[in-house]
Amino acid sequence: MIPLYDRIQELKAMYPDPRSAVMPALQLAQERHGGWLPEQAFREVADALDLTPAYCLSIASFYDMFRLEPVGEHVIEVCTNISCGLNGAQQVVEAFASELGLGAGETSGDGAWTLRTVECLGGCGWATVVAVNNRHRLHVQAADVPGIVAELRGESA
Amino acid sequence: MSTPEIVFAGSGGGALTQIADYEAVGGFAALAKARAMTPDEVIAELDASNLRGRGGAFFPTGRKWSFVPKPDRIAKPHYLVVNADESEPGTFKDREIMLRVPFRFLEGCLIAAHAIESKHVFVYIRGEYEQEFEVLVAALEQMKARDLLGDVTVVVHRGAGAYICGEETALLESLEGRRGQPRTKPPFPAIAGLYASPTAVNNVESITTATAVIELGGAEYAKLGVENSTGTRVFSLSGNVVNGGNYELPHGFPLRDLIYGVGGGIAGGRTLKAVIPGGSSTPILTAAEVERVTLDFDSLTGAGTAIGSAAVIAIDDRCCMVQLAVRVSQFYEHESCGKCTPCRVGTRWLTSILQKIEDGRGSQADMDLLLSVAERINGKCLCPLGDSDAIAVASYVDKFRDEFQAHIDEGGCPLHGSSSLDHVLAPVAMHTHHHAREVVPL
Repeated sequence: MIPLYDRIQELKAMYPDPRSAVMPALQLAQERHGGWLPEQAFREVADALDLTPAYCLSIASFYDMFRLEPVGEHVIEVCTNISCGLNGAQQVVEAFASELGLGAGETSGDGAWTLRTVECLGGCGWATVVAVNNRHRLHVQAADVPGIVAELRGESA
Repeated sequence: MSTPEIVFAGSGGGALTQIADYEAVGGFAALAKARAMTPDEVIAELDASNLRGRGGAFFPTGRKWSFVPKPDRIAKPHYLVVNADESEPGTFKDREIMLRVPFRFLEGCLIAAHAIESKHVFVYIRGEYEQEFEVLVAALEQMKARDLLGDVTVVVHRGAGAYICGEETALLESLEGRRGQPRTKPPFPAIAGLYASPTAVNNVESITTATAVIELGGAEYAKLGVENSTGTRVFSLSGNVVNGGNYELPHGFPLRDLIYGVGGGIAGGRTLKAVIPGGSSTPILTAAEVERVTLDFDSLTGAGTAIGSAAVIAIDDRCCMVQLAVRVSQFYEHESCGKCTPCRVGTRWLTSILQKIEDGRGSQADMDLLLSVAERINGKCLCPLGDSDAIAVASYVDKFRDEFQAHIDEGGCPLHGSSSLDHVLAPVAMHTHHHAREVVPL
């Protein structure tokens, strides 16, 4: 695997100002650190871009997709905005909660699952939208939830 | 009725993700045509088409391009920035455009770059659109292999979850590697945008449509649609309809025909209560008003609302309007960037007051307070995010005042236990964009 520092240099070259690479660099660092940004990740990104770790943290703390705490191997994000809400998103959230034994916003003790409710995922006409590890599943109903969980458990096994 | 396809033309309901398939339906003819024209001639075609911005503000695209100074006037690189940060609740058209006709979109980017004499294109795509990002990158690779880019570089830059970055100056801040907070205007992006250089910022659908404008000719394009709202529009239909989805239709299409015809009517045989016509920021329409309006700028403006991002959300009779207001307000509260106090504090107040009314703890004074807070947000910030909350909530009160009043008179929600939005959870465990102090609920 190409070292993170070198990959960030490639990202830097895409922009007139290296600062512009901070978001893609943080995205990459997050992938390399198991889906979240520990303190070390900020030092690595800062070093590669000649910024300070504090500056990098100020960017990460602004955007929802940067995670400042560890997440599970599988991250389940249920959209509960207007159109999904009108089409049973809350029942979908509750089905995941009962299937996984987790509340919204929680990560399981074994590090396998994170369940979150999120703002509009941009799939309103195909409600309810659930992002499973960033891939969107459309038209999800509460009855589909056990199947989705079983499928993901199978992938991990 | 037969409807002309402009944006999705040639896709036959599928996706044109292979360059040969796109060329087989006439792809890149418009680019060749535009490159044989002068930048001013391209802009003149856009002016003739009266294409207006599809992101929500409906600003004429040709005029926007004409505001970018000629390179000899400002000797800095010129930039085209495409806003693909689609995040307005109800809106999901740009993702389908990028998935199904990525080449028509990228062709439009190159045409726009030619018109504003730019060699640098940045596409800022919302972070949640991972698949769309991959489709665009793959399409670009195919275009590079054909040497279609010439001396133009196209960078697809991923956002990371912030509705505010759909606001053009917040987007530019974000693209420069900063927190996505709106800038003071002026200067406008056309003069001092990305890296303080001349910049045009356009929506994905506007850019994709520009390809068709050049292909057809501006005057021909302007024959579609209605006066002041030319051409087709990709309407995002969602909510309690049978067939949610994106539908490309001419401007001027009756709203009731979208819902009851194309959309298959209200799901479960229930009745329509209200419609949000242009994304969550636009004032709501009652079922009776729906019968009278058409989907274009003049008709919707005349009805006191806006065409916005053309995102139509149908709401059936089960929904409690106070719960809807709470949920909409939670969204704006969460998405406030925190820069302007009326928005940062006001959106939180609106949510708290609405929740109090929903819970049956509201008094008559809270109704006055609610509208007073809305008034104190409206027009007092750098960008319209706070206004969107204030205007939407005020419209729910205006159109459904009896229902708000019933919550106060009955000391609780009349629809509790049966409303479609009962107990819907606002996002938890997402960080807010600002770090306001914890506020004790009212």
